[in-house]
Amino acid sequence: MASNPMYQFNVYRIGPEIKISEVDLSFTNASLFMVISSLAILIIFNLGSKKKSLIPNKIQLLAELSYTFISKMISDTAGSKAKPYFSFIFSLFMFVLFCNMFGMIPYAFTVTSHIIVTFVLAAFIFIGVTIIGFIKHGFGYLKLFVPSGVPVVLLPLIVVIEVISYLSRPVSLSVRLFANMMAGHTMMKVFGGFVISLGIVGGWLPLGFSVALTGLEILVAFLQAYVFAILTCIYLNDALNLHH
Amino acid sequence: MFLKFSRILLIYFLLFSYVESAESGGMPQLNPEFWFSQIFWLIISFGIMFVLLSKLILPKISENLEIRKAQITENIEAAEKQREESDKKLIEYDQLLLNSKKEAKANFNKARKEILKDVDKKRENLEKEINKEIDNAEKEILDLKNKSPEKIRKIAIETSSDLIKQLIGVEVNNSSISAIVEDISRKTN
Repeated sequence: MASNPMYQFNVYRIGPEIKISEVDLSFTNASLFMVISSLAILIIFNLGSKKKSLIPNKIQLLAELSYTFISKMISDTAGSKAKPYFSFIFSLFMFVLFCNMFGMIPYAFTVTSHIIVTFVLAAFIFIGVTIIGFIKHGFGYLKLFVPSGVPVVLLPLIVVIEVISYLSRPVSLSVRLFANMMAGHTMMKVFGGFVISLGIVGGWLPLGFSVALTGLEILVAFLQAYVFAILTCIYLNDALNLHH
Repeated sequence: MFLKFSRILLIYFLLFSYVESAESGGMPQLNPEFWFSQIFWLIISFGIMFVLLSKLILPKISENLEIRKAQITENIEAAEKQREESDKKLIEYDQLLLNSKKEAKANFNKARKEILKDVDKKRENLEKEINKEIDNAEKEILDLKNKSPEKIRKIAIETSSDLIKQLIGVEVNNSSISAIVEDISRKTN
């Protein structure tokens, strides 16, 4: 293992090179962890939905608690109209959460620490929400950019600001997750490197920091998944229930 | 020993980090070499997971939750019904207990009255019999009383004549003895 703190984010090919008309679609370590996360989600929730006992066992309880947690989050932030999008937001939350959590295993690769992955997710959400907004409200969806109760003189400025803030949504959504994951993992790697470089005498302090950071990173892994999902809900709420 | 070891490690660490940073500078995230591969595999893995979750697994979980909810409300309703029934039965039981207590009291009173009546009758009969017997006894005693002085006089005369005969050896006339006895008995009376 290399000691460069950025080395952990390197993507490398696993298995044969797959190229489709000059586009490299090879299976990499990032792909491996995406597949592992998806499989873990499928296995856990499949086990959790198999038995239909009145008193749930542990894994069933886990599945049902996650279900009620997400469904409550959606109904709290986006109302009852967002029910058809429940399974997407559930999958999104679980995917981000599992990718973050698998990244916490030593030597594992963190899928969400790559801007391209988070940006694709955020862009998909952005485009989807915009399409839903236009389908539900037609061109009335553009009223989103014109807040009510604003003086006419300020209106051009406000509209420009609103449009910019709307367009920056996918960027902020993706950069938030990516930067959090990358910064946390880099910090842990740096402190881990200090443990080795300071040796048996001075290495205890960075080791303690490393342990504390691990706890913090697990919290951040959950929190960022939650933030990602709840922001999706808020955007969806804007598209479904126009308030302006 | 440890210090030496850690120093050697430190040198190795610095050497390797120098080599590594020379090999790959900057952030691997901004290297577009595997971007399309990542997008492609993200779509595949996330897409398959999403489809399977939404079509197969999540409906099952929601169904489980619904079934549980229905079952729990059903059980609660049944429990409520049974409680109401038991309340009703409790009231019935109390009434029954009260009635039976009343009945028992009435029966007891009735029995006591009958027994008292019986006892009274028997006592009266007994008293009558006892009175009769007492009357008879009194009559007998009266008879005996009436007859006794003469008998006593006779016995007294006989015994005194016998005594005199034995003491003195003279036969005394019965009439004189009887006169004396009468005299004495009069005095004692």
